[in-house]
Amino acid sequence: MGQDVLTEDGLFMVNIGPQHPSTHGVLHLKVWLDGETIVKIQPHLGYIHRSIEKMSENLSYRNFIFATSRMDYLSAHINNEACALTVEKGLGIQATPRAKVIRIIMAELTRLASHQLWWGCTGLDLGAVTPFFYAFRDREAINGIMEETCGARLTMNYMVPGGVMYDLHPNFQKHTKDVMASIKKNLADYDNLLTGNVIFEMRTKGVGVLSKEDAISFGCTGPTARASGVSCDIRKLFPYSGYENVQFDEILATGGDCYDRYMCRMAEMRQSVNIIEQLIDTIPEGDFQEKTKAVIKLPKGEFYQRVETARGELGVYIVSDGAASPYRVKYRSPGFSNLSALSQMAQGVKIGDLVAIMATIDLVIPDIDR
Amino acid sequence: MKTIFLISLSSLARHIHIWLEELIGNPNGVYITEMTIVGISLIVFLVVLCFFLGYAERKVAAFMQIRLGPNRVGPQGSLQIVADTVKLLFKEGLTPTAADKFLFHLAPLIMVITAMLALAPIAFAKDFQIFDMSIGVLYVASVSSMAVIGILMAGWSSYNKYSLLGAMRSGAQIVSYELSVGLSLISIVILTGSLKMSDIVMSQSDGWWLFKGHIPILISFVIFIIASTAEINRAPFDLTEAESELTGGFHTEYSGMKFAMFLLSEYINLFIVSAIAATLFLGGWMPLHFGHWEGFNHIMDYIPSSIWFLGKTFLIIFIIMWFRWTFPRLRVDQLLNLEWKYLLPISMVNILVVTLMAIMGWHF
Amino acid sequence: MNKEELKIAITEILPEITFDETGEFLNVFVPATSLLPFMNSIRSNNNFEMDYLFCLTCIDWKDHFMMVYHLHSKKHRHEFVVKAKLENRENPEIESLSGIWKTADFHEREVFDLFGINFLHHPDLRRIFMDDNWKGFPLRKDYMDENMIEI
Repeated sequence: MGQDVLTEDGLFMVNIGPQHPSTHGVLHLKVWLDGETIVKIQPHLGYIHRSIEKMSENLSYRNFIFATSRMDYLSAHINNEACALTVEKGLGIQATPRAKVIRIIMAELTRLASHQLWWGCTGLDLGAVTPFFYAFRDREAINGIMEETCGARLTMNYMVPGGVMYDLHPNFQKHTKDVMASIKKNLADYDNLLTGNVIFEMRTKGVGVLSKEDAISFGCTGPTARASGVSCDIRKLFPYSGYENVQFDEILATGGDCYDRYMCRMAEMRQSVNIIEQLIDTIPEGDFQEKTKAVIKLPKGEFYQRVETARGELGVYIVSDGAASPYRVKYRSPGFSNLSALSQMAQGVKIGDLVAIMATIDLVIPDIDR
Repeated sequence: MKTIFLISLSSLARHIHIWLEELIGNPNGVYITEMTIVGISLIVFLVVLCFFLGYAERKVAAFMQIRLGPNRVGPQGSLQIVADTVKLLFKEGLTPTAADKFLFHLAPLIMVITAMLALAPIAFAKDFQIFDMSIGVLYVASVSSMAVIGILMAGWSSYNKYSLLGAMRSGAQIVSYELSVGLSLISIVILTGSLKMSDIVMSQSDGWWLFKGHIPILISFVIFIIASTAEINRAPFDLTEAESELTGGFHTEYSGMKFAMFLLSEYINLFIVSAIAATLFLGGWMPLHFGHWEGFNHIMDYIPSSIWFLGKTFLIIFIIMWFRWTFPRLRVDQLLNLEWKYLLPISMVNILVVTLMAIMGWHF
Repeated sequence: MNKEELKIAITEILPEITFDETGEFLNVFVPATSLLPFMNSIRSNNNFEMDYLFCLTCIDWKDHFMMVYHLHSKKHRHEFVVKAKLENRENPEIESLSGIWKTADFHEREVFDLFGINFLHHPDLRRIFMDDNWKGFPLRKDYMDENMIEI
């Protein structure tokens, strides 16, 4: 706020962030305004760049997996699963049947928890404070399940190449069934509170439209792209870890505005509950981890694995030259591409709409900055 | 002294008046002493009220958000607001170097003074008003519109582009919604035929206007509640306060006691708006009477009139607080749209209907 | 199209292409100078229609750089990887693809920031993660600064 920058054409430059209640993480946006209307947006990244890719070049194949928990911390299990699957691809092994089912259940629980936090923060950004508390009440229940089995609530460090690190807690099935029952009841509350609200619809319908061609060209994935009609659910297109045996729907919408993105995520929450209920009673017995050597060395070559996180398609690209650490790791993060579409979506909207758009894209900045 | 079954505030006032007359004797002296007593007790009342309202807001919010709210400081957390006020008192009151010092210091004072002035004609209990003027309703409407000056002054004198933007938004909002508020008030004045508060309350002795005036008055009531929530800058119309997308609105540069005065004026305005709604639409201190059901009315009279008044006022305060924790915020253009395209035309048509109703006697 | 058909169709576009099928994807090695016309044709050609660029990165092989582009077609559901070798380590340059796929904008800025590859005709080529006045390119194998220690 020290120097006001008034450019020649009378536009007014304003900094939003990096510390700001509405940007989920440290995102710095330079916004050029004409009155209340946004003319140009420029994101500035790098405030939480921790060079995870460079660090991974010095870590072993067992350890580099857990750096990704800190990338998109709301989909920690799914990030870890992506890395573990890539290493398994390189070794040419598959996880045990029991581990595959456990991985799906943990991934869907993570997706559910991530969407709940997203829902609470969307309400908070738009001015309704109460959804935040409702969402966290349910998310705490899921964190309780995680704590019981994996030992941690946020960075769970549970997936290893070959399977999972420990077996499930004996109480896991009963606990998860109870939590799913209560979440199914509470999802109706979510709709009552925010979805049908006239003010909410006024603020999200028709706002921040992203066309289908733009979504593909910008590389958007996840609910951001599915709301524009792009079929990109990796669990359906390139099934991994046993998703081909599970019944669920891919949620598509056609409008591409904030309301459609919102409804896609709400429907995905219900699909996740559905998947967990299908699998929770039929977890196969057996080993939870395939035996691998103590020091893993991938053969020379390149390996790419895609998974569907809560935000979109995460790609892990490992280039190996036969050593005990990867030669190069590249994480194709979903948030990076989704953010590049922000300047397109926020053309000509008001500042209040910018907040709504950022809330529905569901950005997690550590995922973008890595 | 006659034995009194129930202590009423008006008889207390009368006894104090008689005692002062015996003590001082000089009518001017009595008058000045009474004014001082009224002034001091009003300020004390307002301070206690704000403590109570702040605490109630936090507890109501907690209740709606499935949590407990303040529960450490004092019994059940009741002294939390006292602690917060003490904290604000000790804060450094920063003044921006380039700010217009006189207006900067004056703005919060204007907000608090106009808020307190509007309390004059409000009837807290039977025969218990500070100043029962013949233009009561008009006085309240005009004094509360002076608050806009305070807001604009605060935004302008801060020497901060973002405060100015917030203050302009807020000014536009308040000036627009005053029209709807005024038209709702007028609908009751038409039915009553008088601007005097005590007349309005007495006219509800056979039933509150909300029930007597059925549908048109119900519409008026709803519009009044919506428009006055916008008048006092509360959610879902709190763009300037809580919309911290750019900055904190017109009171960004204020800290310490001046900031506390903005909060104080918000709570006093909340109380006034609820009191007006309670007086005009829900009967003020008048107990619930139904037409000429003598027995029922007589039983209702046993509850003291101040309890009736405070109960109704706090009911409306609760409803306005409920809005805040349920709805998301409106955008600026949607807010002004709501007033100019929806509320104002409805109010104007409603006035015509109420006039017809009053002339033809189509009310209870 | 499966891998065989893709190989035939790609060779028709640019005869001097070499292939490598050892991995999961079909790797297509394109000379860096003819990258832009090749990419244009596989984007617009109805047999290919590679409209989804899902990974753009660079690998530092100590004596040369290798640009890697992972492409997918939403319509035909086929995919392959295009690789371009950059021999010049002092001044690596390649054409920018941000005119063809809008996602290349951010990804090329990231590669410029971390590897130092100059993308010609990029609309806004500046550092994205590091500070604007950072010296050096961190993800290169020979990157040293005063904070690093030898283990």
